[in-house]
Amino acid sequence: MLNKLKQIKEAPIRYGLVSPSLLMIGVFLLIPISIVFVYSFLQPGTYGGVEWTFSLDAYKQFLFEEDFITEELQFTSAYLEIFVRSFSQAAIATFFCFIIGFPTAYFIATRPIHTQSLWLFAITIPYWVNLLVRTIAMLFIIRDQGPLNEFLMYLNFIDTPIKLAYTPFAVSLGLFYSFLPFMVLPIYTALSRFDMSLLTAAHDLYASRWAALRHVLIPSVPHGIYAGCLLVFIPSIGAFIAPDLLGGGKQLMIGNLIALQFQGSRNWPFGAAAAIILLSFILITLLVFSLRKKGE
Amino acid sequence: MKLTTSKLPHKAKLLAIAITAGLFSSTAVQAAGELNIYNWSDYMDQAVLDKFSKKYDVKVTYDTYDSNETLLSKLKSGVTGYDVAVPGDYMVKILIDEDLLEKIEGSKLSNYKNIKSELKDVYYDPGHQYSVPYQTGTTSFVVDTDVYKGDINSLDMLFNPPEELKGKINMFRDVNNVINAALRYKGFEICNNNREELKQVNDLLIEAKQNWQSIASDGAKEMLITGDVALSMAWNGMALQARLEKPSLQYAYPKENMTAWADNLVVLKGSKNIENAKLFLNFMLEPENAAAISNVTGYTPGVVGADQYLVAEFKGAPEFTLPEGNPTPQFVPPCSPEVVKFYDRIWTNLLR
Repeated sequence: MLNKLKQIKEAPIRYGLVSPSLLMIGVFLLIPISIVFVYSFLQPGTYGGVEWTFSLDAYKQFLFEEDFITEELQFTSAYLEIFVRSFSQAAIATFFCFIIGFPTAYFIATRPIHTQSLWLFAITIPYWVNLLVRTIAMLFIIRDQGPLNEFLMYLNFIDTPIKLAYTPFAVSLGLFYSFLPFMVLPIYTALSRFDMSLLTAAHDLYASRWAALRHVLIPSVPHGIYAGCLLVFIPSIGAFIAPDLLGGGKQLMIGNLIALQFQGSRNWPFGAAAAIILLSFILITLLVFSLRKKGE
Repeated sequence: MKLTTSKLPHKAKLLAIAITAGLFSSTAVQAAGELNIYNWSDYMDQAVLDKFSKKYDVKVTYDTYDSNETLLSKLKSGVTGYDVAVPGDYMVKILIDEDLLEKIEGSKLSNYKNIKSELKDVYYDPGHQYSVPYQTGTTSFVVDTDVYKGDINSLDMLFNPPEELKGKINMFRDVNNVINAALRYKGFEICNNNREELKQVNDLLIEAKQNWQSIASDGAKEMLITGDVALSMAWNGMALQARLEKPSLQYAYPKENMTAWADNLVVLKGSKNIENAKLFLNFMLEPENAAAISNVTGYTPGVVGADQYLVAEFKGAPEFTLPEGNPTPQFVPPCSPEVVKFYDRIWTNLLR
């Protein structure tokens, strides 16, 4: 009874404390998204902007295009391909971030306590530099006459430079590099709470290293892995800078498609529709993840 | 170092004066003015900005964009805070029609008399109500003649490239320049709304894209100099700058013709520093200042009397010399809304 009274008394305080963040989310997230939502149902103005006539053209354009000559609507897979490309690029980036990020996090978590923060520090230092600058630096490293190709040629591994810059590979590399710490940090946090003596116990019970990893270590830190994967996967899907610079503007991803509609192509409603479709996909992904977690 | 030490006493003096003034009267000393400039990348000489800043005691902020379309989209999306921008000819017309410019009555500026006669009466801004000329030039492409030795003066280089150039081509990320080049290559009219012809242009571009390494405007010069590409679309001043760093780079004069352009200084609607902006426009119409910009950018000043200030590299430079028998480079007016919609569609098809 007393407890309940206390709860009732605390409620206003709790809402009071939450209100700044609710306000932030309302003003800077819900209102802009509502604007985007509304714009996606309008007609484009000639030089950008919108005309206030209701229309589903933006969503139609996603799947159908008008024939140049007959003006008939035909199915087109072009934009679906951009979505598939974005999702697969994001999946590749997430996979490699995990492959590199998990051992890194394990390595850090198994260092003596007082050096762990130093290692974490070392992971974050490159990320003090602006993403744009880092991406351009990456371009300089992998270009035909860049240090990577020069080094490989010096070692006589190759005779002529390998084309790395302006390829889908460059985009994957850029995404991987952009988001690596987002994989390392949550996994590290989970691993640092893991009792390492369990691994010793597994070995004592004749588990191989692989079995210990698969059946003891990884199942003990699912939340860290989930968090890491989501934190890499979701921003990768909408990434804009890496495909723009490293892909040479030819490997369009959803982020670039949306940006293009607000710049060169001047079709705001279509850009807004693409953004809404992307948002829905991400929400579905998140829902699937959280339902699966609940199911466990 | 030198700069800061020499500036300090001056500032200290100003401060002393300000404090003294404050002691004697209640009116505070006016803060120095401001001017926010939005310009193309690689299109300004810092020394000229400093000179303006010093002369009029105005704090100048400088920011850049990469195409006329980017400027338009930024302004349409409600970006404010810039006072002066530098749109190309057709874009001045669009910005006036979209009510995005402040009327400045350029002809009333004291240096208006310096404007070249051929730029005095222009279709995009009759009577220079909204704009004054900045720099002029042409748009074509540059080929590395070490990589390809043949004749480069044809749009075949872009749309049907020789083996040596395949995969080593950069196109501008600029809807009009790319589509206009394709229209000329096909021998079609600029700004045309013939569906059959536009379909051919659409297909041509998508086919040609396989041979292009990238579609980017920013950094195109660096790609040429480092050898990442052996051909890039270029403006003539950029071509000059690139050639000075790598002599094998040659500016092409395609026999199918090319675009001529004139960039202009304008004052943006809602500017809070209109007087400073006008001072800046007038300042840039002084031959010495216009020439200083040309010396850095490699383009042609829009005023007379600047030649004496130009560096020697300009004299007889191939980037300014139209070969005999070539058609006169063509100014391209804005197309009708219907055509613009087609262009935008082709552009999305190309980039996706």
